[in-house]
Amino acid sequence: MVEPVSKLIMSGAVSINHGAGLKRSQRATEESPVVKWTLITLALGFCFVFLLLPLLNVFAQALSHGWTWYWSSLAQPDSWSAIRLTLLVAALSVPLNVVFGLAAAWAIAKFEFRGKLLLITLIDLPFSVSPVVAGLMFVVLFGAQGFFGKWLDAHDVKIIFAVPGIVLATVFITFPFVARELIPVMQATGTEQEQAALTLGANGWQTFWYVTLPSVKWGLIYGIILCNARAMGEFGAVSVVSGHIAGQTETMPLRVEALYQGATEASAAAAFALASLLALLALVTLGIKTFLEWRQARMERLIVGRVFDEH
Amino acid sequence: MAQKRFRVLPGFGLTMGFTLFYLSAIVLIPFAGLIIRTLELSWADFWRLATTARALAAYRLTFGASLVAAVANAIFGSLLAWVLVRYEFPGRRFVDAMVDFPFALPTAVAGLTLANLFAANGWLGQYLVPMGINGAFTPLGVVIALTFVGLPFTVRTLQPVLANLECEVEEAAATLGAGRLRTFLSVIAPSLLPAVLTGFALAFARAIGEYGSIVFISGNLPFKTEIAPYLIVMRLEEYDYTGAIAMAVVLLVFSFLLLGAINLIERWSSRFQN
Amino acid sequence: MSIELKNVSKRFGEVAAVHNVSFSVNDGELMALLGPSGGGKTTVLRMIAGLEMPTTGDVFIRGQRVNDLSVQQRNIGFVFQNYALFKNMSVFKNIAFGLKIKKWKRADVASRIAELLKLFGLEGLENRYPHQLSGGQRQRVAIARALAPKPSVLLLDEPFGAVDAKIRQELREWLVTLHHDLNVTTIFVTHDQEEALEVANRIVIFSRGLLEQVGTPREVYDQPANEFVARFIGAMNVLEPEVRGGVARLGELEFPAHGQADGQKLRIGFRPYNVQISSDLTQYRYHAVLRHTFFLGVLLRVELELPSGLTVRARMTKEEYAHQALEDGKEVSFQIRQYRVLVKEMADLPPESEIGYQAPPTLGENI
Repeated sequence: MVEPVSKLIMSGAVSINHGAGLKRSQRATEESPVVKWTLITLALGFCFVFLLLPLLNVFAQALSHGWTWYWSSLAQPDSWSAIRLTLLVAALSVPLNVVFGLAAAWAIAKFEFRGKLLLITLIDLPFSVSPVVAGLMFVVLFGAQGFFGKWLDAHDVKIIFAVPGIVLATVFITFPFVARELIPVMQATGTEQEQAALTLGANGWQTFWYVTLPSVKWGLIYGIILCNARAMGEFGAVSVVSGHIAGQTETMPLRVEALYQGATEASAAAAFALASLLALLALVTLGIKTFLEWRQARMERLIVGRVFDEH
Repeated sequence: MAQKRFRVLPGFGLTMGFTLFYLSAIVLIPFAGLIIRTLELSWADFWRLATTARALAAYRLTFGASLVAAVANAIFGSLLAWVLVRYEFPGRRFVDAMVDFPFALPTAVAGLTLANLFAANGWLGQYLVPMGINGAFTPLGVVIALTFVGLPFTVRTLQPVLANLECEVEEAAATLGAGRLRTFLSVIAPSLLPAVLTGFALAFARAIGEYGSIVFISGNLPFKTEIAPYLIVMRLEEYDYTGAIAMAVVLLVFSFLLLGAINLIERWSSRFQN
Repeated sequence: MSIELKNVSKRFGEVAAVHNVSFSVNDGELMALLGPSGGGKTTVLRMIAGLEMPTTGDVFIRGQRVNDLSVQQRNIGFVFQNYALFKNMSVFKNIAFGLKIKKWKRADVASRIAELLKLFGLEGLENRYPHQLSGGQRQRVAIARALAPKPSVLLLDEPFGAVDAKIRQELREWLVTLHHDLNVTTIFVTHDQEEALEVANRIVIFSRGLLEQVGTPREVYDQPANEFVARFIGAMNVLEPEVRGGVARLGELEFPAHGQADGQKLRIGFRPYNVQISSDLTQYRYHAVLRHTFFLGVLLRVELELPSGLTVRARMTKEEYAHQALEDGKEVSFQIRQYRVLVKEMADLPPESEIGYQAPPTLGENI
């Protein structure tokens, strides 16, 4: 199930890394140890400076005033409501995109129709748009001078500078994540198992629930955690539509910015405290991803082993 | 007798309908809105708004820094991919997992921590600033942040290609007398080139649109360290909608061109595959 | 009559995968749909199942026209070429799936599964997953799953294609026994003519979307309707002698003209076992050199080369071979005990011509 380069790309969606599980024995074609270890050191050095240090720095700065201070700064009303708002936005946008992802993957993977490539390209569209431009699009639609601005005003409905706008912008940005993970997985499993279920009398929903869903389990989980990580961490698009109203329309990333812009050193450290939660989320996301990859590699080895056992 | 298209599996109508509806509501209509507003501008107005001196400075920084960052990513990302695929060393699994860290980390946090690292009193800044390497509130800072953000793209694009290289080809070169460096230059590198290019283009595209991390690290000084997306936000805050839209369209057009280029690279590179 | 197809055709865009096929399947029969790849047999099977819709024509199951019935409503059991087992379910859950859909009671499900596991020799495997089974085991699970809800008809798409040759033989025998015990109307698709001959009650032969012949194994072997069937079933020597001076000639061989005029060509076919060979050069009319002997176990296949360069293939038992003291390089005499004039296959006939199963018009003997 090694995917061609094209499947990994287009989106920037990082997908399951197949390189890690392979072992290569290349006795005849190895570099001299000197070259090898120089390269390794260079690579590790780069990683250390660019990946590890920033990560550690977040936690170091967050805890620079001690644990008690850390917890109390998180409990600050504005920071706490930022956490709540972020969770709310994720809780709304992720399920919506999951439903969409499942529907789109089913339509694309299990049927033939004209314009499939166009549809897939359109689904990828949000990836190629700068988040700021995405936010701008919604301002153009729903802002005070936007297409629906007058109508919204007349009905006293707030989208821009309010939570609905944030949800919309987040849904847009994370739109492709689940679909992009599900489509190749559903395509790989083919339609035969579903056809078999039909011959045994199952209707569409039963087939989907008992046969299709279990077969895309891991891809779905992976898509969800990616979607969630992005939903919680989105900055640019949300920044444009939210209005930065402390306590009301500030998500965690926006609150981090607000704190950072604050004049005092304490507020800068509070920014780090909040940021550490987001960094923790990133680590958990990475952890789950690594686990899923390990699991898939193990399944593949089992199946390959089985093939050699057959006779 | 005209036959209705028979599909064995059920649910096409429902899923396709919902997909198109959702796609239109979330993606197509907002896009259309932007395009309609853009078309309301006269060409002259559009050009004027899109190419003010400040805007041009912003484009220069955005595209320039993105380019430098993408090149850095191409180089170091290739190095990382090579080391991860080819060698065994303690902590390889950990490093492999960490490559995705910039992708999973919210951009605001990335900007925050990088700005802090390279500031005069930061862990790295305290050594670098006296040497004259100022990473915060400078274009260099922008490049650093963009490098961080784009790293996974080059590594992850190259890794599967590297993993799939047939080692027989290298062995064949060895039997014919080629040394390692020669083998690398003549045999391995050419087959990696398309993937490296694609990764470069992806990192480039990603960098152009990046906003969150730059806001923290650049200081956003007009004409000096102000990137294009930031200027768009500034214009929005000044209620200069048309100005913001004009620049947004410029970025969009460039993104789509880049997308097309990536597609072409893929098509070109796959002509040697079966 | 259990299943009937009337003038069924299937088009995929421009291509006619199946053209005007009509045949019927009797209750309890074990029928083979046989033909080379792309012949349309799988498409026909899928149309019976409801996985494809005929472009024109009607499909009847138990007298009822089923064109408008969905696959779920047809109460058929289908076994896919690659088994299509539900990878995420255990053997038990796989087999029980159809029962669950039909809302059988727990106890009934358990007893039915136990019965099937015993019948299929899968006891002890009920908690395994498909990737933990061997090819033959997966095959049997697929069939058990299809049969669990007691369908009125069992359809198998190349059931033995993906398995090793030795296992294939065992599975074939097992399928015949199974069919005998359960007496379910069964249709299976195969491209292996030996398999069809060995297993089926009747065979339907397809080529390029057209139905070439329907008959029992004996009928299609001894009385092939046309050249395609004759060559597809069993081995066949095919020659094309030209009529000259009232006699059809090719090399040294001479056949009666069978009503063809001078300059016309005949298609002659004869089975290898109908070639009689003798080491006595005076016994038979034609002479040849025995070029090569192939050992096939019980039989031996022999290649004869005539002076003109023509090659004739013959078959005989070991005893015969020894009796004649044959060996490579020996000069022998031979005659053709029985041959037939071959009719062109359906696939070459223009669509408007009558489609019927003509008994081969001429049978020649002892030339």
